[in-house]
Amino acid sequence: MHNKTLSQLSAELQAGNVSSVELTEHFLGRIEKYDGELNSFVTVTKEQALEQARRADEQISAGTAGPLTGIPIAHKDIFCTDGVRTSCGSKMLDNFIAPYNATVVEKFDQAGLVVLGKTNMDEFAMGSSNETSFYGPVKNPWDTSRVPGGSSGGSAAVVSARLAAASTGTDTGGSIRQPAALCGITGLKPTYGRVSRWGMIAFASSLDQAGPMAQSAEDCAHLLGAMAGFDERDSTSIDQSVPDYTANLNDDLSGLKIGLPKEYFGEGLDADVGKAIDEAIATYRKMGAEVVEISLPNTHLAVPTYYVVAPAECSSNLSRFDGVRYGYRCQDPKDLQDLYMRSRGEGFGEEVKRRIMIGTYALSAGYYDAYYLKAQKVRHLISDDFRKAFEQVDVIMGPTAPSTAFGLGEKADDPVTMYLSDIYTIAVNLAGLPGMSVPAGFANGLPVGLQLIGNYFDESRLLNVAHKYQQETDWHLRVPQGFEG
Amino acid sequence: MSLGPDEVKKIAHLARLEISENDIPEYDRNLSDILSFVEQLSEAQTDNVEPMAHPVHAVQRLRADEVTETDQREKFQALAPQSENGLFLVPKVIE
Repeated sequence: MHNKTLSQLSAELQAGNVSSVELTEHFLGRIEKYDGELNSFVTVTKEQALEQARRADEQISAGTAGPLTGIPIAHKDIFCTDGVRTSCGSKMLDNFIAPYNATVVEKFDQAGLVVLGKTNMDEFAMGSSNETSFYGPVKNPWDTSRVPGGSSGGSAAVVSARLAAASTGTDTGGSIRQPAALCGITGLKPTYGRVSRWGMIAFASSLDQAGPMAQSAEDCAHLLGAMAGFDERDSTSIDQSVPDYTANLNDDLSGLKIGLPKEYFGEGLDADVGKAIDEAIATYRKMGAEVVEISLPNTHLAVPTYYVVAPAECSSNLSRFDGVRYGYRCQDPKDLQDLYMRSRGEGFGEEVKRRIMIGTYALSAGYYDAYYLKAQKVRHLISDDFRKAFEQVDVIMGPTAPSTAFGLGEKADDPVTMYLSDIYTIAVNLAGLPGMSVPAGFANGLPVGLQLIGNYFDESRLLNVAHKYQQETDWHLRVPQGFEG
Repeated sequence: MSLGPDEVKKIAHLARLEISENDIPEYDRNLSDILSFVEQLSEAQTDNVEPMAHPVHAVQRLRADEVTETDQREKFQALAPQSENGLFLVPKVIE
C-alpha cells in the first residue's frame, strides 16, 4: 500500500478497498517501525491524524471527497500548524505551539489530506545536510551513515522510506530539490509567489518558496494544484489563476528544446553523477527532444550572491525572536539586554548565528553598498542569464547536486564547502524560477537527481517533461533496501 | 579577509547574540572565510545594473485600511515565557 502513488491510493480509497483510517494506521505503523533509525519526524500527530482520517472516510462514503481526500502526508516543521508544536528545527521554538495554520496547511486540510506529523529539518531551513537541526540529523534511507540533504531532509526521507505518501518542503536555495535528489524522490520548487508563504516561518523572504515532495511528477502535479494560488495574506503572492497541473502531463516531447548550461557540467561535478545525467539526457533525445548547449555565464557568482542576500534577509527576519513574546527565554535575565542576548545566544544553533552575523555585517553602516547592494545587482545579472537562455530553449537541465549523498559529519566543520553543495540550485531561487529534481539513476548505489528548470509560471511544462521521463524510466519507483516491507 | 575578535564581538552585539569568549576564534575563522568567499562579487561588472529586489519585479500590494484581525490576545499571550494581566513581562527597564 505504501508504494502506491497518490492517484493509486485515491482510487483504492474511492473503491472502498481501504479506508483512510486503515491507510493512516498503516503509515503510523511504518513510522513507529522505521523512524527511530531515520529521525525524520520531529512530531508525530497520531490522534489528530486518525481524527482527520475518520472525517475523510465520512466524506468518501458520502460522495463528497476530492481526489486527495484521506491520503496521509507530512508537513515540514516550518509550516505553522494550529495547536501542534512548530519547531522549525530550533531550540528557539522547541516549546512553540502554533496558534494558527499556514495557508498551505489550511489548503491541504480543505483538500482532505491527512497529516501524519511534522518533519525534521535544518534549523530555520539553514543547511544542506539536516545536521543543523536541534533534534539531530535525519539519516538517508539509502545509506544511514549519510545525510539526506537539506534543509527539507526529513520530508525527503519520509517519502523515500515510504513513511508518508508525500510531503511538503520549502526551498530557499535548493532545500526541496537537493534533498529530493539525495533521497531519490521527486520535488518541485514553484515560481516565487506561486504558493503562499503565509504561516511558513521566514528565512529569506525574497527567496523562500514552498512546494511538494513525492514519488512522482504526477503526484507533485496533484499536490501543487492543492497548494498554489493567490493569498492576500502574503504580500508577495502573485495573483494568477492556477491551471490544472495534471492536464498536460502526457503531452508529447518531440520538438522540445532542452538547454544544457555548460557551467553545470564542469569542474566540481562528480563523474558518476555526470554519467547518470548524460544518460537521462539521452532518454530525452530518444523521446524527440532537441538538446543544445547554452551558457549561464554568471553561475560562479550565484553562491556568493546568495550568501549575502539570504543572511541579510535572515538577520532581519530572525530579529523577531526576542525571548519576550514566544519561544525560548534564558534563565534569570539580569536586564532586558541580557534577556535578548542570552535568549538568542542560547536559543539559536551555530549555523543560524553565523548567518545572522554575516547578514548583520552586510547590512551595517559602511558595508551595505559593498555587500548587499552589490549582491542585489549581481542577482540581476544572474536572472538575466536565465532570461536570455529561455529565449532559446523551453527547459534547462543539469544535475541537481554536484555529488550523491555525503557522509554525516563530512562537511559539518567547513561552512563554505557545505554551501557549495547547492551550487546548481541556488541561482534558480535568485531568479525566482521554478525548478524540479527527478530521480535519474544511481552512482555507487546512491540516487542521482536530474534538475529541470523552467520559465516563470511554467510548472505545467516542467511536470510534463518530468512525467514523460518517468514513463520511460523506473528510477522513481525504487525503494531503499530495508524499507520495502 | 580577516575580521578579528573585536569586530566579531561588535557584530554579535549588533545582532544581540551572546557568544562565549571561547567561541570567538571559531566564529572569527568561519565568518572571515565566508566573507572572503563572497569577495568574488567585487569582480563582477555591475555599472548601470539595477539592484534586484523581487524575482518577478512585482510591487507590494496595498490593502484597504480595514480591521481584519480579531483580538486573540489571550491565545497569543499563552505562548509568552512570562505574562501577567495581559502584559508581556520583561526585566525592569526603568529604575
